[in-house]
Amino acid sequence: MYVYDDLDRTLVTERVAEFRDQVARRLSGELTEDEFKPLRLMNGVYLQLHAYMLRTAIPYGTLSSAQLRMLAHVARRYDRGYGHFTTRQNIQYHWIKLEELPDAMADLARVGMHGMQTSGNCVRNLTTDQWAGVAPDEIEDPRIWAELVRQHVTLHPEFSFLPRKFKIAVGASSRDRAALRIHDLGLRLHRNGAGELGFEVMVGGGLGRTPFLAKTIKAFLRKRDVLSYVEAILRTYNEFGRRDNIYKARIKILVHELGPEAFAKEVETEWQNIKDGALALDPAVFAEIAGRFLYPAYARLDDNPQELAQLRRADAGFEAWMGNSVANHKVPGYSIVTLSLKPEGGTPGDATADQMDAVADLADHYSFGEIRVGHEQNLCLPHVAQRDLPELWRALEAVGVATPNVGLVSDIISCPGLDYCSLANTRSIPIAQEIARRFHDRDLARQLGRLHINISGCINACGHHHVGHIGILGVEKNGEEFYQITLGGKADEDAKLGMLIGPAVPYAQVADVVEDIAAAYIELRERPDELFIDTVKRTGVEPFKERVYAAR
Amino acid sequence: MPLVKAGQIVNDPYVRALDDAPIPDGVPVIAPGPRFLSDASELVVRDAPIGVLWPNDRRVAELEPWLDDLSLVALDFPKFRDGRAYSQARLLRERYGFRCELRATGDILRDQFQFLLRAGFDSFEVKKPADARVFAEAAARFSVFYQPSADGRLPALRRRLQGAPAVRVHDAV
Repeated sequence: MYVYDDLDRTLVTERVAEFRDQVARRLSGELTEDEFKPLRLMNGVYLQLHAYMLRTAIPYGTLSSAQLRMLAHVARRYDRGYGHFTTRQNIQYHWIKLEELPDAMADLARVGMHGMQTSGNCVRNLTTDQWAGVAPDEIEDPRIWAELVRQHVTLHPEFSFLPRKFKIAVGASSRDRAALRIHDLGLRLHRNGAGELGFEVMVGGGLGRTPFLAKTIKAFLRKRDVLSYVEAILRTYNEFGRRDNIYKARIKILVHELGPEAFAKEVETEWQNIKDGALALDPAVFAEIAGRFLYPAYARLDDNPQELAQLRRADAGFEAWMGNSVANHKVPGYSIVTLSLKPEGGTPGDATADQMDAVADLADHYSFGEIRVGHEQNLCLPHVAQRDLPELWRALEAVGVATPNVGLVSDIISCPGLDYCSLANTRSIPIAQEIARRFHDRDLARQLGRLHINISGCINACGHHHVGHIGILGVEKNGEEFYQITLGGKADEDAKLGMLIGPAVPYAQVADVVEDIAAAYIELRERPDELFIDTVKRTGVEPFKERVYAAR
Repeated sequence: MPLVKAGQIVNDPYVRALDDAPIPDGVPVIAPGPRFLSDASELVVRDAPIGVLWPNDRRVAELEPWLDDLSLVALDFPKFRDGRAYSQARLLRERYGFRCELRATGDILRDQFQFLLRAGFDSFEVKKPADARVFAEAAARFSVFYQPSADGRLPALRRRLQGAPAVRVHDAV
């Protein structure tokens, strides 16, 4: 956990006071909705179909139990008793009243939380690997870097009115669990040939109506240069990014139009001017931030204690959950436990206030008071002693977050869609629910293995459909909901955009199509352990396309 | 539009010149950027201060040869959410060493004051009189800043190292 000090707290409190003034001016008419809009957006407040929505930042997906309890309180007191965890490791509330927003924010500020820069044309909340600090394949905790950059870009006087939003992700493992290539800026910590640690800098990724994977513009950036280089990228974007068309305003379009080499050269020229100035990283500054990340006092434990092996043999339910939701921890005797927020019939990513409170209690008991939020819209307890897993499993079952479907066909990423969002063209949640119902049989889901379905209710692609193994995009045709299907997308270290398989299908047929695709995969795969995504890579989309459209 | 300087609402001594009309003698004038560049060598030897209104889509580097002669640079915010002039301001102050009046003009609300000050602006054509009246208060909304910038205030990252004010690490929240 990163521990806030007085300075961090003061800033958050001052922000609440400023927002209270802005809301008062809006309510009195002193501010027009046009003037208020960028101000509220920079505090995470959207106007949606039914009400205002508040998006609250969970920097790099790390929460304390006290913070999760406060999120539960806000859900109960100001919303309808639940919240929605998003693909950017944030939480959003969909039913908040404008006049109560400042109070909700003041409550959040009591635990160091806020909605700053969760929306608007500024640098958004930074994201990272939800297993940061505990993953065995990690070379350094990426959250320290994420926090350093987060501080630097918070209320930045130059970069708060960019052409468009700007999303940064940081990773530090060989496996990319932070989807670096679909961000405006991805920073990957790695070791160069000389054994030094530094960053690979990738720029210009993003989904939406013009999807691009980020291009590497610098293969190795020294750690001391990270802030100055980020500043040079942001300045280049602020000055030259397009502002004439909202759909061409993301940095991906600037990188594409200039070409990655010309863009990199522009950044390099700017960077040479500033790299040895005030932003050159002082090791003492870094050490100060690193020093405020507290790590648990782990006990000395052995891997695979006996009680675990016994229950795994004795209880098929436990065994299924262990095989699915529990991952290796870098410390012997500990595990990382994923809590599925994708129960059958539920809304992907939703959690009730009672569930949040219960998870907070379990985190205190079993995970040193710490919780993580992953971009797949699940939660995670990052430090669970393996000997506690049987007890924890029973408790999680009781809370409804132990569905053993993590990474499987029903672990669907979905945007809120037309049920909530004023931008959406189609519904997303009912599609996700119907697919989960069709694949209710756990043996079938296990047979299918790792299979990521991502659903977006419009071209803005909040459900990341381009990088779903199966991507589903809702489009409206003559007032009816249709869905385009793509295959083969992924957001990991080998990121790819999915390929469209053919004409869009109507709402009622989407789940049938997914069933057809699953059946085709079972027939096409060479071995039971050839993953869906690998089969698509080997065969291309053609055989799937034939299967889907032969009957339609 | 009230003009705010040094925290006070003041009269604007400058006259705005147009693209083609003659430039009046003896009074401080703000000339449009392209006009200033085409007549710069004459304009800078006039008998009164000369300023320039610089568009936000041209590099401020073009002004560099004339910065010692300019008494004012006005940068434009055609819309509140168009933030290009923040970068221009920092470049003028931090890279090109411009020390005279740096004015923000256009769609300026109280919610930008602190950003503008920190980017190096020191005068403000404020859209709404009510915002101009609360300038001092709005400009002091925040006391903590994370990044070094043109106003020379110590960022949080440095304040922590100096222990000013004393940093108390609370229990984990």
